[in-house]
Amino acid sequence: MRTRSIVKRVGLFFLVIWGAATVNFVIPRLSPSDPIRSRLSAMAVQSGFVQTGIEEMVKAYQAKFGLDQPLYVQYFRYLKDMFTFNFGYSLSLYPAQVLDLILNALPWTIGLLTMATLIAFLIGTITGALMAWPGVPQLFKSVASIFLTMSAIPYYLLGLMLLYLFGFVWKVLPLYGGYPAGTVPSVSLPFIGTIIRHSILPALSIVLAEMGFWAIGMRSMMVTTEGEDYMVFAEARGLRKRTIFSGYALRNAMLPQYTSLALSLGRIVSGSVLVEVIFAYPGIGTLLYTAIKGSDYFIIYGVVFMVILTLGVTTLLLDLLYPLLDPRIRQGA
Amino acid sequence: MTGTAVATDVLHVEDLSVHYQTPRRVVKAVNRVSFTLRPGERLGLAGESGSGKSTTALAIMRLIRPPGKIATGSILLGGRDLAKLSEEGMRQVRLAEVALIPQGAMNSLNPVRRIRDHFADSIAAHDRTANDTRIRERTKELLRMVELREDVAKLYPHELSGGMKQRVCIALGISLQPKVIIADEPTSALDVVVQRQVMQTLGTVQQQLGASVILVGHDMGLLAQFVDRLAVMYAGRFVEVAPIREIFRNAQHPYTRGLIESLPTLGEKGIFRGMSGRASAFPDPDAIPDLEELAPDHWVAPHPA
Amino acid sequence: MGTLVGSPQQEIAPREASVNRERLMNFGSYIRRNPALGFGLFIIILLLLIGIIGPLFVDTERSAPASVLPDQPPSREFPLGTDDQGRDLFAVVVVGLPLTMRVGFIAGIVGLGIGTILGFTAGYLGGMTDTIIRTLADVLLTVPGLVVLITFASTVKGTIGIGTMALIVASLAWMWPTRTIRSQVLSLRERGYVQLAKISGMSTPEIIFYELVPNLLPYLAGSFVGAVGSAVLASIGLEALGLGPQNEPTMGMTIYWAISFNALIRGLWWWWLTPIALLVLLFVGLMFISLGLDELANPRTRRTNS
Repeated sequence: MRTRSIVKRVGLFFLVIWGAATVNFVIPRLSPSDPIRSRLSAMAVQSGFVQTGIEEMVKAYQAKFGLDQPLYVQYFRYLKDMFTFNFGYSLSLYPAQVLDLILNALPWTIGLLTMATLIAFLIGTITGALMAWPGVPQLFKSVASIFLTMSAIPYYLLGLMLLYLFGFVWKVLPLYGGYPAGTVPSVSLPFIGTIIRHSILPALSIVLAEMGFWAIGMRSMMVTTEGEDYMVFAEARGLRKRTIFSGYALRNAMLPQYTSLALSLGRIVSGSVLVEVIFAYPGIGTLLYTAIKGSDYFIIYGVVFMVILTLGVTTLLLDLLYPLLDPRIRQGA
Repeated sequence: MTGTAVATDVLHVEDLSVHYQTPRRVVKAVNRVSFTLRPGERLGLAGESGSGKSTTALAIMRLIRPPGKIATGSILLGGRDLAKLSEEGMRQVRLAEVALIPQGAMNSLNPVRRIRDHFADSIAAHDRTANDTRIRERTKELLRMVELREDVAKLYPHELSGGMKQRVCIALGISLQPKVIIADEPTSALDVVVQRQVMQTLGTVQQQLGASVILVGHDMGLLAQFVDRLAVMYAGRFVEVAPIREIFRNAQHPYTRGLIESLPTLGEKGIFRGMSGRASAFPDPDAIPDLEELAPDHWVAPHPA
Repeated sequence: MGTLVGSPQQEIAPREASVNRERLMNFGSYIRRNPALGFGLFIIILLLLIGIIGPLFVDTERSAPASVLPDQPPSREFPLGTDDQGRDLFAVVVVGLPLTMRVGFIAGIVGLGIGTILGFTAGYLGGMTDTIIRTLADVLLTVPGLVVLITFASTVKGTIGIGTMALIVASLAWMWPTRTIRSQVLSLRERGYVQLAKISGMSTPEIIFYELVPNLLPYLAGSFVGAVGSAVLASIGLEALGLGPQNEPTMGMTIYWAISFNALIRGLWWWWLTPIALLVLLFVGLMFISLGLDELANPRTRRTNS
């Protein structure tokens, strides 16, 4: 029984990846402009001379990238490429390969996001749970409410304000980058220290803006859980408040909260793209931004695909881990 | 009220009222109710939905939540007034002296905790010195008392049937040998066969413990077979309190008579005597007089006609 | 109100003019008990007024580049200062804020419309239709919206107008409404009064209109607010990346230009602070409205008075 649902879930994962790849394939071909031609024209204009042989160049590149083949051939080549992570060459940074650029940027983003999301989730969830619990001092609830209000703000707006305050006005934290320009990356303590220093503001923007969301959700889950029969019976058995809070209310309210986390990943990634841009953090977001500015479509499509793939894998893992939290979904019964 | 408190009484409720504050007005779910529970006695609390019987039971346990509150009254248990106890004081009384066996065993157990954890939680909450071995032994003992297999302990609630869950609730309720067991419609969600088993179990453990039971319900047939004395409630007030045989033989209040007559009997197949749905057929909820002793231990609220 | 509940006179008494007054008073007293909703509505109305009344105070032409002296800090002549390209920021706000809100509302309505239809269909019909719609919505929810929108928008770069922008954003705004509406319809469908309506011969559209919709209103409203919020979020995200309508001084584009021209480092704080402050107000207002609507839909969170 369980295996069947696992198989279905994994099948869904592949369906999503295939869908994303196909959409990624279709969209650029809907636009009238041809990336190669427009790129070459832009280069020609930049170099300052008129290329008479530009049509031949375009045809040569098209043959190289297989853009002169019939559509369905292109489609299967494309799927094969995606499957082998062959995203081709960057248009603006030729001959850099898109995959290399992505692999350089991805660890930064994953590091930042994983940390920030986990911190925001934990702080937010516990805050939310405490806010719904009667025995908690009012002062805490009032202070927490202020943070909740911050959750309405998009990450990068908060990021801009933090950047101005901490980077510009008070000059305590670095303005941009993942590490100071000119330093040689190494696995040493001081270097790791600078990495952390540079990550503080981006991470803070995400954490401050995100934790309110989890707090509000958890608070509402706790309220719903409050009304359940097992809560009444727990109190009727004279259990201590702390036991009821942790073992009965929290544990049950966590379930929908966890599901909410799995569903929110897309939203979090979207929000962090701009945060990276503002702080010039060397992750996927900045890569994407540079690609947009430079009309480097291959990077854009490669990044989008990788992001969807990564998110798909993460969501799949979270889904598969859910039965560990909820015994009702486990084998049998 | 059904007499003044006597020293041997296990529980004496005097002038209890539970009010619910709603935007429009105050709803008096329980309206100045008094009764006594004797040692080893089974007292039934009967009435239709909304009569206030469950609320009375919850009030004794001090489990009324806002917007409801205990407006007046005292709940005397062994000389102490439960209504005036502190939160922590009441917490210690719950389960150890007064235990609740809830309605809706469907959802009364925590879905993410095993059965044995429920017992561990209950015992540890009242006995800090209990160690794991003792808790485990006690859990097995309790499960045996309600005729459940020992290995039920490691299961999760959703893996049990309704009857099994109800019996687990009974076992949890008696785990600290309380003096008073309040069973709030314990068999509502169960089929007739399981109902019988559960009620038998309840009766057996009660006798073994020598505890008193308040059984709340609306199934007159069920109550008739189990309780010694019956209190009939209507709109938050008592209308009749008497030994069970006396009630069936000689019910005085029209409402009680209506309840009894609505029970189908084998002898009169096909004939159903329901109660009138018109409010005018019944006493005005705000004007039910106090009970008077019409016959020894038979209390009735005076009524017109 | 004077009459006893349940007394027969209540049905006969004339209720024409008093009904509306009673509704207004009920609304007022409800707002008092639900301060979040009131506060949120107040903020949004305030922001809307800026766009409506604003043109009386400033010449909207000055929101175009090269209209006024550039790089001026706030002064009596330019209450919000001017930007690097010669726009009067006060005019920009008066013109651009409504544009930003319009994108949000259009996308919100379209998203809600699609979401409601799909949610209803899925919840009411069930079966394979439900499975397909639900799977599609769930899958699209896990996809990072902005990233996909970037793909769309960068393909049509430069030619976007406000309306196109709204539609692009709306294409990913329908999933949450669908989920919410669907789960509500599922729970309502089995309720007693629906089945009673079916038995008494009401037709399906009648059931939908008279039984289901009134009970869904708080959820519809909540979904709308959510859709508007995420639509504005997505649109200013796209704009801040430079993928928005290049000629309109929307709040997002203003931020984009501010960043591009390094307003932060150059100390032109009024340039980027203004759109951010207004956007923060907008989001906070929407959040309070949605908190208030949450309370309406889930009365268990309601705190009792006295």
